[in-house]
Amino acid sequence: MLLIECPWCGERAETEFSYGGEAGIVRPAEPDALSDAEWADYLFNRTNPRGAHRELWNHAQGCRRWFGVERDTVSYKISGSFKLPSGGEA
Amino acid sequence: MAVQRNRLNQGGRIDRSRPLSFRFNGRSYVGYAGDTLASALIANGVSVVGRSFKLHRPRGIVGSGAEEPNAILQVGKGARTVPNMRATQVELYDGLEARSSKGWPTLAFDVGAINNVFGRVFAAGFYYKTFMRPQRLWHWYERIIRASAGLGRAPQEPDPDTYEHRNAHCDVLVVGGGPAGLMAALVAARAGARVIIADEQNELGGSLLAGAETIGGKAGAEWVAGVVAELAGFDDVMLLTRSTVFGYYDHNFLAIAERCTDHLEAVRRRGVRERLWRVRAKQVVLAQGAFERPLVFCNNDRPGVMLASAVSTYINRYGVCPGERAVVFTNNDSAYQAALDLKKAGKTVLIVDSRPGGARLVADTVSEAGIPILQGHVVTDVSGTSAVSCAHVAPWNGDAAEPVESAISIDCDLIAMSGGWSPAVHLHSQSGGKNVWDAALHCFVPGEGLQDCVSAGAGNGRWSLAECLEDGRAAGNEVVARCGLKNVVIDLPVAGDTMSGGTEPLWRVPASEDADRCPKQFVDFQNDTSAADIRLAVREGYRNVEHVKRYTALGFGTDQGKLGNINGMAILAECLGKDIADVGTTTFRPAYTPVAFGVGAGENVGELFDPVRKTAIHDAHVTAGAPFEVVGQWHRPWYFPRGDEDIHAAVNRECLATRNSLGIMDASTLGKIDARGPDVVEFLERIYTHDVGKMPVGRCAYGIMLGEDGMVMDDGVMARLAEQQFYLTTTTGGAARVMAWLEVWLQTEWPDLEVYLTSLTDHYSTIAVVGPNCRKVLQRVGCNIELDKESFPFMTVRNAELDGLPVQLFRVSFSGELAFEINIDSDHALQMWHTVMEAGKEFDITPYGTETMHVLRAEKGFVIVGQDTDGSVTPVDLRMNWLLSKNKDFLGRRSLSRPDCKRNDRKQFVGLLSEDNSTVLPEGTQLIEDPAAGVPVPMCGHVTSSYFSACLGHPIALGLVASGHSRTGESVFASLADGATVPVKIVSPVFYDAKGERQNV
Ligand SMILES: [Zn+2]
Repeated sequence: MLLIECPWCGERAETEFSYGGEAGIVRPAEPDALSDAEWADYLFNRTNPRGAHRELWNHAQGCRRWFGVERDTVSYKISGSFKLPSGGEA
Repeated sequence: MAVQRNRLNQGGRIDRSRPLSFRFNGRSYVGYAGDTLASALIANGVSVVGRSFKLHRPRGIVGSGAEEPNAILQVGKGARTVPNMRATQVELYDGLEARSSKGWPTLAFDVGAINNVFGRVFAAGFYYKTFMRPQRLWHWYERIIRASAGLGRAPQEPDPDTYEHRNAHCDVLVVGGGPAGLMAALVAARAGARVIIADEQNELGGSLLAGAETIGGKAGAEWVAGVVAELAGFDDVMLLTRSTVFGYYDHNFLAIAERCTDHLEAVRRRGVRERLWRVRAKQVVLAQGAFERPLVFCNNDRPGVMLASAVSTYINRYGVCPGERAVVFTNNDSAYQAALDLKKAGKTVLIVDSRPGGARLVADTVSEAGIPILQGHVVTDVSGTSAVSCAHVAPWNGDAAEPVESAISIDCDLIAMSGGWSPAVHLHSQSGGKNVWDAALHCFVPGEGLQDCVSAGAGNGRWSLAECLEDGRAAGNEVVARCGLKNVVIDLPVAGDTMSGGTEPLWRVPASEDADRCPKQFVDFQNDTSAADIRLAVREGYRNVEHVKRYTALGFGTDQGKLGNINGMAILAECLGKDIADVGTTTFRPAYTPVAFGVGAGENVGELFDPVRKTAIHDAHVTAGAPFEVVGQWHRPWYFPRGDEDIHAAVNRECLATRNSLGIMDASTLGKIDARGPDVVEFLERIYTHDVGKMPVGRCAYGIMLGEDGMVMDDGVMARLAEQQFYLTTTTGGAARVMAWLEVWLQTEWPDLEVYLTSLTDHYSTIAVVGPNCRKVLQRVGCNIELDKESFPFMTVRNAELDGLPVQLFRVSFSGELAFEINIDSDHALQMWHTVMEAGKEFDITPYGTETMHVLRAEKGFVIVGQDTDGSVTPVDLRMNWLLSKNKDFLGRRSLSRPDCKRNDRKQFVGLLSEDNSTVLPEGTQLIEDPAAGVPVPMCGHVTSSYFSACLGHPIALGLVASGHSRTGESVFASLADGATVPVKIVSPVFYDAKGERQNV
């Protein structure tokens, strides 16, 4: 069971969190300007790397804040947590 | 009562003044306090403890610990019986009852033993080859196989005991309380670390409890007592005995099963039976020791063939000796200790050493003790069926390929074997660490680790006591340093000599006949996997160790191949002409030894297994006799039967009463969210598909939200309570998901929007008052506002007082009838329910549950998200185009113009009528175009909702049909489970009051 550091609450067991997939997927500002293929790429395609992965986690059973984690998808080692850009201080 | 004929007169950590009586397979025996069930059985001369899994051969005790493959017993009776217990790890208590798991119906004569006669038929892959065709008979075969295999039986009654889970954190978790583990724990404790040391045995000490080794000139056990006493004196050191560290998970999270009461006689058992420790450790020291390997020779499974170290353990720790005339068969030095122990116990003993050069240093010691040694010899075969009677010994020159002619027969009743040692690398492997083959030690040792752990002692390939102590100290120093603590210097205690090492590989004794036709040479005792089975697997084309394992069942028993795996891999390597290192190990997985289900469940049983959510009005529904429907965690009243009504009669009555006069429903489980803030309108515009900003204060609207893929995710009524405040409702099942959905967009994508969300689901209760007489009943309970059509129009919300209590009144309808929903503080909800029920008596107010709610909404063609939709349905498929704003962007909008969402042949939402006017189609029924079509029959849709409508007098159904919107009036066929087909007409989904006049009064 992973030990995840919530930037607001500190280190907690994985069971307190829910997973939100790859971090840094930005919703296109003008969806209509995208071709169907570009929109589908935003919707469905993820990098799924072997190794370092920046991903979203939510402290669902705690403060309910979303934040980022950098985790190695092979060793599961977590190198750190980060607040989201302009996700701001509490 | 049997005599303890194998009990020694002295020695051992048993109390001869405390006899304990127990029963095995219905016979009474006596052992002593301190015995295990295994040592007590040996003391009583019980040689056969079970029958083997596949061939039903008689089997005896082989080992003395977790590795035991044969003595797998059913312990205890009734609700407390535990299957598949290793007798070697069951502490004896007064009144213990145990039975063989195998050997049905009796040990003496086993019908399954006929399998042994046809042993060659039962070769590797037999079950796969024989029973997998024809597949339809598999269920029948499986039953027969399970019965004759005779695996342990689970108790039939609910578990009467309690179990608990506890969380713990520490700097250092030491796994294993032998010499290495104790040294590591001592170093860590003296350095001030928070330490947990866990050992599966009833006392700490490991091999020192069972051996003749000395530390500082004293008996090993004496040194153990001193260290344990010191450790116990530290505030931050926790000693866990009878505690198996069975799982090593990510981020140094380890699971320990502590057995609290199973060693006590029944009347003394109190409190928690087993406890699961969930430990997060900064550092872990793995000091689990090593397993001795068996040797692979013909009939090496006969009762009386044991591990040499187990023989020593029984003599030294339990004061029993399993035989009178022993042959010690070894390829290394360690078994010489067993020979000495046997000699000391007054038994006849002979050493057969496969090494042409024999032992180095230890041979002199043994010879001085008067023990004969046959160097360069091997045991090729064993005589005796239910007990060893003779060992056949032959000279061997060390060439594995050379067949061995049997030369000498030695009468004996015990063969103590040692094929070298394998470190218990299980937890290291579970942690993600690699295991590497050590060509000098001839075993896998822990390689590079992935987590914060250090291996030490025999588990790290350090065989001698001196090495173990030193390695344990080094491990302790290492983890203390990693924890950032200041190290302390501890002098190494001086260990006496250990007989160990010198292993020269002997993976399989060459047979005197063809290796595939000789008597079976067992590799895995529990699964009856022989050397010939592995050779067969290779001949049939298996190369990968994981495949061979599955084909031969090697290592698939409850012992996970603790004894047999390495020999099996070496034989596989030999067949493949490879090095063992290149064959590789299989993956070790939790649990290290079997763990009771109760440990996993802990306190989460009965009412706590899956918490039930009840509405504030729940008790009234119980009193009314309503059966409940489980919706998520909610228990919702299903229907309210009167007299001996069945569900159909009750629902028909409830529907008619509601449409004709007055119904009442507890709608409290709807998800409720308060959304407010300066940017709330902008936020909700992006979430919902309709024009939120155009809603005046006091207005309600039906809203849907889409996933970014354009599919309908949830729906519900939302209301604008103030310029910057909205009240959102969600489906019962979608409440938590919708809240999370709103939060993720707000926090990750649009943090610039200032919006505050609060879940109100439990704070407010909702009572729906439905039907033509609902205004009258609200007036009767003292409603303080006007309720007429002009003052309080459809789809608006008002603050009001009912019976003097503040409420929000929503004029909304999920039934098509004139209706109000009363939103009230949950503290007063039950009171309000009773008040309205009382006032409604003169209108025959009729409470109804989820079933009638479903019928009423289906008559109106209202969708239930999650029933009529399944995550692949767009609002266009539902004919909800009118809800899609053209003035703004919203989540999922862009996806609606993806080519797949614009296809004309998408499954679309329609009404369905059985043309026979009588068949209520089962929900989920597939729809087809042509009943005469050949298989596979093309399907064009399915039924999502289906009921009998009492108001209309015939069945109605909703469903999804390909191109359904343009097919009104056409017929398709419903394909029923019994093969029959019913013609079904595609109609509008609105069956009742198509113009919507009833709710607009
Ligand atoms: Zn938090």
